[in-house]
Amino acid sequence: MPALPLDEAGKYVAGAYVVFVALILVYVAIMSAKLSRIERELGELDELADRRDR
Amino acid sequence: MAIVALLGFVAGGAMAVMHLRTGDRAWDMRSYVAIHLSLVLAVGVLITGAIWAKGSWGHWWVWDEPTLVSFLIVFLLYATYQPLRFSIEDPERQARYASVFAIVAGAFVPLNFLAVRMAESLTHPRVLSTTGGAMPGEMRLTFYLSLLGMGLLFVTLWKFEMTSKHASMQLKSLRRKLAGEEPPLAVERGAAPRVKVEA
Repeated sequence: MPALPLDEAGKYVAGAYVVFVALILVYVAIMSAKLSRIERELGELDELADRRDR
Repeated sequence: MAIVALLGFVAGGAMAVMHLRTGDRAWDMRSYVAIHLSLVLAVGVLITGAIWAKGSWGHWWVWDEPTLVSFLIVFLLYATYQPLRFSIEDPERQARYASVFAIVAGAFVPLNFLAVRMAESLTHPRVLSTTGGAMPGEMRLTFYLSLLGMGLLFVTLWKFEMTSKHASMQLKSLRRKLAGEEPPLAVERGAAPRVKVEA
């Protein structure tokens, strides 16, 4: 199959890179949301442990 | 990205072998995370591959091309992994059945790869071969560096997700201990493995 001319194909290659970066960003965003939840729960447990000590 | 995704599936199968051999559920967790991550990469392969194909060949998808269709088959096969896990309530059985699936599907990946190599390529170039492949020499170094980078990204994200899951389970265990609760008799249904941890 003949390749598209470079000036026409360039935007598709750039699009592929954008999709890749977006995919990684979405993954990292989901992981960071999970990490925030863990941090919040850890804070709650810390308070719970403090209350038990008193 | 496709090569790393396929290697991730095979690694998931190898970890599942370790789970069945040792009975240690931590291996099931490792296998689950590797397959989950490979599935995410596979989605990226299908989307970016189609965009690249449009730019390179002028078509989004070529159904006659064995390389493309075989990857889609592998993706669809692994797309059933999560529903399989979710459909089994008992964590022990879930881990065992998922490991068997991961081993069988993991063995299918290299077989599939070999079958594609033996098939006649219509559009997709053969990049790697013992006779040099279709890649010009100046592109080879860039390709290997990209492969290394993608591999390191996979390992980093795998470690990141493993740490996150482990921390989450330790928190649950700690919460139960602080609240003076007994471990639940009936566990809630889910696709992710449940490993006993000591907080």
